[in-house]
Amino acid sequence: MIRTQNVRFFSFVSLFFLTFLCFSILDVTGSEKSHGSKELSSDTTFQHDEGLIVEQEFNAGKMIMEHVTDNHEWHIATLGHTHVTLPLPIILLYDGKVHAFWSSEFHNPNHSYKGFILEHGKIRAEAESDKTVYDFSITKTVFALLLSCFLLLWIFISVANRYKRNPKSAPKGMQSLLEPLIIFIRDDIAKSSIGEKKYEKFMPFLLTIFFFILLNNVMGIIPIFPAGANVTGNIAVTMVLAVFTLVLTTINGNKHYWVDIINTPGVPWWLKIPIPLMPVVEIIGIITKPFVLMVRLFANITAGHIIILGFVSLIFIFGSISVALGFGVSVVSVAFIVFMDLLEILVAFIQAYVFTLLSALYFGLATIEPENH
Amino acid sequence: MELITPGLGLIFWMALPFLILLLILRKFAWKPILKALKDRESSIDDALHAADRAKEEMKQLQFSNEELLHQAKDERDAILNDARKVRDTIIEESKDKAKEEAARIIASAKESIQNEKMAAMTDLKNQLAELSLEIATRILEHELADAREQEAFVTQQLDKIHFN
Repeated sequence: MIRTQNVRFFSFVSLFFLTFLCFSILDVTGSEKSHGSKELSSDTTFQHDEGLIVEQEFNAGKMIMEHVTDNHEWHIATLGHTHVTLPLPIILLYDGKVHAFWSSEFHNPNHSYKGFILEHGKIRAEAESDKTVYDFSITKTVFALLLSCFLLLWIFISVANRYKRNPKSAPKGMQSLLEPLIIFIRDDIAKSSIGEKKYEKFMPFLLTIFFFILLNNVMGIIPIFPAGANVTGNIAVTMVLAVFTLVLTTINGNKHYWVDIINTPGVPWWLKIPIPLMPVVEIIGIITKPFVLMVRLFANITAGHIIILGFVSLIFIFGSISVALGFGVSVVSVAFIVFMDLLEILVAFIQAYVFTLLSALYFGLATIEPENH
Repeated sequence: MELITPGLGLIFWMALPFLILLLILRKFAWKPILKALKDRESSIDDALHAADRAKEEMKQLQFSNEELLHQAKDERDAILNDARKVRDTIIEESKDKAKEEAARIIASAKESIQNEKMAAMTDLKNQLAELSLEIATRILEHELADAREQEAFVTQQLDKIHFN
């Protein structure tokens, strides 16, 4: 329990600081939007982390936001004036019809294709109408998460095959790297949070989220294609993960769990009748628990990316003042980036652990049997 | 605000592959891995228990072996003791027997010596008597006047006698 509290404390503190960070960044993007149209009307070349400053003034906020948010294409590098970009499939559901084409069809923010315009990273219909465009494109994040799914399948099925082939031999290679993690999740997360009797049911989910989050966290730190997408720092991704936890908690909740929510024990009766204050709080709690899971993972990973990109931006901001200053700052920046990268590796593990542990705790709360039997 | 508003498409593309990933991994990875781990752990456990039991058995075996050895030693000692006793008695007995035998032999020897002596004495006596008789006969036959001649004769006769 002490360890859990420590982790909680750590995530609380990090969340606290990251909230500030997020707000400051959102502020940057907010002010961005007011100038946005003006900048975009000129021939904009997007700035990226290789950040060759081409004729345009460097805009740190925009560059960072482009990196941490989703994108319809995967910009790999800019060499001179050419952008090396991986076009990704765009799938749109509009007016009951499916439209599919490559993102490379959008040549610039003003270019429309099949009546659609890609503007500020969002696709909208060119013609004014009240019908919404449902965007099911394989975006950068989707591409990266599909890739990570295949990686996970490949890694774990091959490891599982080794277990099947040599069930009693000592672990070897990838197996010996993963076995301690699997045993750790089983013994120190599942068994201790859910209990010896019921943990087995939740093991596949706990293992999957742990390794999914861990792999994507680590891949997010690596800046080279095909890694580098901000998958676990995307709110939609973390939301889905949290919803899975919510659904599993809810469908596995036993009588004791629901009774505790409706009629919380150890609370004065006047908090339940006539105004059901505690039940309301508890019911809100059902939602806030996964909500916190969603925000924590998202904020931690996004903040890490933003800090690193911030240090990268510093070089170019100072570089635009004077080249010598840019080089000077780069030394400090690189040192800080290395430090942050190391910290991010730690965070990658901690966040995967915390998400898994808290999910397991919620499952444990939902399946616990009352003691006075 | 794109950063904190989850997109519909992304939710879909996250939920579907994740669900598929979960199901596939559950069937093809987690179940066999967890089963293998459990099996291995239980087999290690069993092996440890078996080793413990074997150790216990070994101890017992060693104990009984020692006991056996002790018994054997005791038995050997007993046997040796018995043997020694037997030997001693045999020697004692044989000594006694020998002594007896010797005594007996000596006694019989003595007896036979006595007998021989007696026989010899008897023989001697007989011969002596015979001789005496012969001498007396001869003296009587010769009836010599002369005392001197008588004497000479007796001496002569005596010379003729050889004690055998």
